[in-house]
Amino acid sequence: MLHIVNKSPFDKNSLESCLSCASDGSAVLLYEDGVYGAIKGSTYAEKLQSAMSNITVYALEPDVKARGIADKVIDGIKLVDYTGFVELTADNEVVNSWL
Amino acid sequence: MKYTIQINEGPYTHQASDSAYNFTKAVLEKGYEVFRVFFYHDGVNNATRLTTPPQDDRNVVNRWSELAAAHDLDLVVCVAAAQRRGIADAEESQRNGKDADNLAPGFRISGLGQLIEGGIISDRLVVFGD
Repeated sequence: MLHIVNKSPFDKNSLESCLSCASDGSAVLLYEDGVYGAIKGSTYAEKLQSAMSNITVYALEPDVKARGIADKVIDGIKLVDYTGFVELTADNEVVNSWL
Repeated sequence: MKYTIQINEGPYTHQASDSAYNFTKAVLEKGYEVFRVFFYHDGVNNATRLTTPPQDDRNVVNRWSELAAAHDLDLVVCVAAAQRRGIADAEESQRNGKDADNLAPGFRISGLGQLIEGGIISDRLVVFGD
């Protein structure tokens, strides 16, 4: 299952809710302001990093670059472009938007 | 692989309409089918042809119309959401006794059943919004 999150964890609790629901082996894509959750060393980073032992986290590269945080992304988070975004939705039978 | 894409947010609000547009383009470039794009809630504001952004800004509405023309996309606007927000085609305008219509080319007004059908027929339903 793919979870997509478009809100910053410093603004809304959608990433928090997502991580508490995501089952082992699922994928989470951070996009739009959701990419702020991918910043290394932030107050949210530890929570996301501990979740990364069971889930795979991706971040949408154009949104990461637009916010100037490309060199601050947590190690292990995979950057994808829009083609990669589409591939993730094709590879996962269910796509849930945490709006 | 067949997709229906749902958009719940208006243009120039946050980023949902841009994300949905880029995603839809990537789906088509990948060779997958876009069965329908459904505009719901404030997303219906993506369908007014009266949108006039500054010349150096993207025209979110025209961009959808152009993509629809190039790929024969079915852009469906929810009728109840559209009525509330003053989005109407000629027929809807006349039916409601209004003096103007504003639906952009390539869009059509229909009901929520079209979203349900999109969800049933498509392999994936991807929702963009606020």
